[in-house]
Amino acid sequence: MVSLEKIDKSYVTGSHRLHVLKAVDLEIESGEMAAVMGASGSGKSTLMNILGLLDNYDGGSYRLDGQLMRDLSETRAAVLRRQLIGFVFQSFNLIPFKTAAENVALPLYYQGLGRRRRQAAALEYLERVGLRDWATHRPSEMSGGQQQRVAIARALVARPKLLLADEPTGALDSETSHEIMELLQQVNREGVTVLVVTHERDVAAMTRRVIRLKDGRVEDAHARLPDA
Amino acid sequence: MLIVLLGSGVGLGHGVEYQFRDDAVNSIWVFPGQTSVPYKGLQPGRRVQLTNDDHDEVATGVEGVDHISSRYFIRGSVQVRYRNETSTFNVRAVHPDHLYLEKTIVVDGRFLNPLDVRDHRKVAVIGTKVKDALFKAEPPVGKLIEVNGVAFQVVGVFSDEGGERELERIYLPISTAQRAFGGANRIGQIMMTTGDEPLERTSAMADEIHRRLAARHTFSVDDPRAVEVENNNEQFARINGIIRGIRIFVWIVGLGTLLAGIVGVSNIMLIAVRERTREIGVRKALGATPRSIVLLILQESILITSIAGYAGLVLGVGVLELAARKLPPGSYFRNPEVDLGVALQAMALLIVAGLVAGFVPARRAAAVRPVEALRSE
Ligand SMILES: Nc1ncnc2c1ncn2[C@@H]1O[C@H](COP(=O)(O)OP(=O)(O)OP(=O)(O)O)[C@@H](O)[C@H]1O
Ligand SMILES: [Mg+2]
Repeated sequence: MVSLEKIDKSYVTGSHRLHVLKAVDLEIESGEMAAVMGASGSGKSTLMNILGLLDNYDGGSYRLDGQLMRDLSETRAAVLRRQLIGFVFQSFNLIPFKTAAENVALPLYYQGLGRRRRQAAALEYLERVGLRDWATHRPSEMSGGQQQRVAIARALVARPKLLLADEPTGALDSETSHEIMELLQQVNREGVTVLVVTHERDVAAMTRRVIRLKDGRVEDAHARLPDA
Repeated sequence: MLIVLLGSGVGLGHGVEYQFRDDAVNSIWVFPGQTSVPYKGLQPGRRVQLTNDDHDEVATGVEGVDHISSRYFIRGSVQVRYRNETSTFNVRAVHPDHLYLEKTIVVDGRFLNPLDVRDHRKVAVIGTKVKDALFKAEPPVGKLIEVNGVAFQVVGVFSDEGGERELERIYLPISTAQRAFGGANRIGQIMMTTGDEPLERTSAMADEIHRRLAARHTFSVDDPRAVEVENNNEQFARINGIIRGIRIFVWIVGLGTLLAGIVGVSNIMLIAVRERTREIGVRKALGATPRSIVLLILQESILITSIAGYAGLVLGVGVLELAARKLPPGSYFRNPEVDLGVALQAMALLIVAGLVAGFVPARRAAAVRPVEALRSE
C-alpha cells in the first residue's frame, strides 16, 4: 500500500535548516493497522503529512498504491487525496458552522456527487459510527468523542484505501479513546489500511504493528511494546 | 446608494420630458413684438402685425417645415353656450396642423380639416372638460354651440397630455374665426414643426424665417424684439446636454461608491479567509482542488455583494418613492423611478463587483497550504 524509500525532508526557517526525516524506509502492506510512535519532534506528523500528500518531500521516493508520488500539482494531489486517503486529526477539525451530516458529506461534494446521494451516504456513515440521531447537530453541541466519530465517518465516507490518524485520541479520555480505537479496528477489518500516530501505549496496543521513530529515522519498523 | 443616484438621474430626465410633454419639441414658434431699433427712417416702437400672408410665406417659402399652424386670438373673454349652459372658455382659432403642434389627441369625431378653413365652416372641436361642462353625458358631436353669439357645430372632442387647462379649450378654424370675430387677416402667432431636420438646419430655418419677416415688415434683421423666433429644438438640445452631464456625473459618483464598496467587501473577505484558514486546510485535505476553493470564496463574495446590493436596491427605491411623493408636482425632478433595465444593470454590476471583490481573497485562500493551516491552533 505504502512504500517509502530513503525519504528526506528538511524545513528551512530563515537561515536555519532542520532535517526532520532522514532516509526513512518504510513498507506498509495493504490491510495493515499500524501505530507510529516516537518522542515529540521525532517527525511523526511530518511523515503523516507526506503520506497524506499534504506536504512534499526533498529526496527518496514514495509509492502509494503502486503509483509514484513525486512533483504532484496541487490539483493532482487533491484528486488523489479524495480518491485514496482519509484523515482523522487530533483536534477533529470539523467545520463549525456545518451540521454533522454536512461535515460527513463534504468529501462527496468534492467528488462531484449529487446532493441527495451525499445526504444518504452521510447518514449511512453516521449510522455506522452510532451518531445517526446527531445528524443535524453542529460540532459545538457534541462531546469530543462524538466529534471524533463524526470526523471518522467523514474520513470513511469517500471509501479511502488508507486512513491516516494523527493522534486521534490525543484530546480524549482513556475510555473514549478505547471506543475510538475499536471503531478504527472495525474499519481496518473491512480492509482499510490504518496508520495511527500516538503517544499512548494502550492505543498502540490496539494496533497490530508499531513503528518507532527517533530523530527522523525509523528506529524499529516492527517494535514490541514496552511493558507497562 | 447607486440606485438612488441612478434613479435621480432618471427622475431628472423624466422631469425634462414632462416639461416638454405638451408641445412638440421639434418646433419653432414665431411671436410678433415691437421694433426696438430705428430702421430705414422708421421710428422704433412700431407693433408688428402678422397676417395670413406671413403664414403663407413661411409655409411655402421656408424649406423643412413639416406641420404649420397659426393662431388667431379672439379679444376679450369668450362666452360659450349650449342650451341653458353658459360658461367662459379659452378659444383658439387655428389651422388643422395645430393637432401635431400641441400633441392633441382626438377622442371623438374629428379635428379641424383643410376644407373647414377653406370654406370658413362654422365647426368646433372641444376639449373633454368643455364637453363635461356643457354636455354632461350627452354625445356632443353634431350639436350646435354658440361662441360669443355665433353658432358652431361640434365635430370632435379632444384630450391633451398638457393638463387640465388644455382640456378647457375650444378649437375653431382660423379663417372662420377671423371673419366671425372681426379679425380680418390678422394672426397672433405662427408655429411649426421641423420634422426630422437636424439641429443646425432648424437654426438656419429660424434665421430664415426671421429674415423673411424682417423684409416683409421692414424692420432690422438685428432687431431682437420686433419678431421673436423661438427654436424649441435648441432649447431641448441644451437642456438635454445638461441632463446628460448630470447623468454622467451621477454615474461617476455611483461608480466611486461602488468601488469603495468593492474594497470594503474585499477586505471583509480577506479577514474571513484568514479566520477560516483551518477550514480551508480541512477542505483541501478532504480533496478540494485550488479551483474549487477559489469558486467557494467567489461565491461567498458575490453573495455578500448581492445581499448588500439588494438591500441597497430596496432602500434606494424606497427613498426615491418617498422623494417622488414629497416633491412638488411639475418640478424638474419627476418620477425618479428605477425601471427593470436599470435594476438588471445594477444586479449585473453587483455580481461583477462580487467577482472583483472576491478575486484577491480567493487567490489568497487557494494558496493556503493545508499543512500549515492544520497546524495553526
Ligand atoms: N512547517 C514547519 N516549519 C518548520 N519546522 C517544522 C515545520 N513542521 C514541523 N517542524 C519541525 O519539525 C520537527 C518535527 O515535527 P513533527 O510535527 O513531525 O513532530 P512530531 O513527531 O509530530 O511531534 P509531536 O509528537 O509533538 O506531534 C519539529 O522540530 C518541528 O518543530
Ligand atoms: Mg505531531
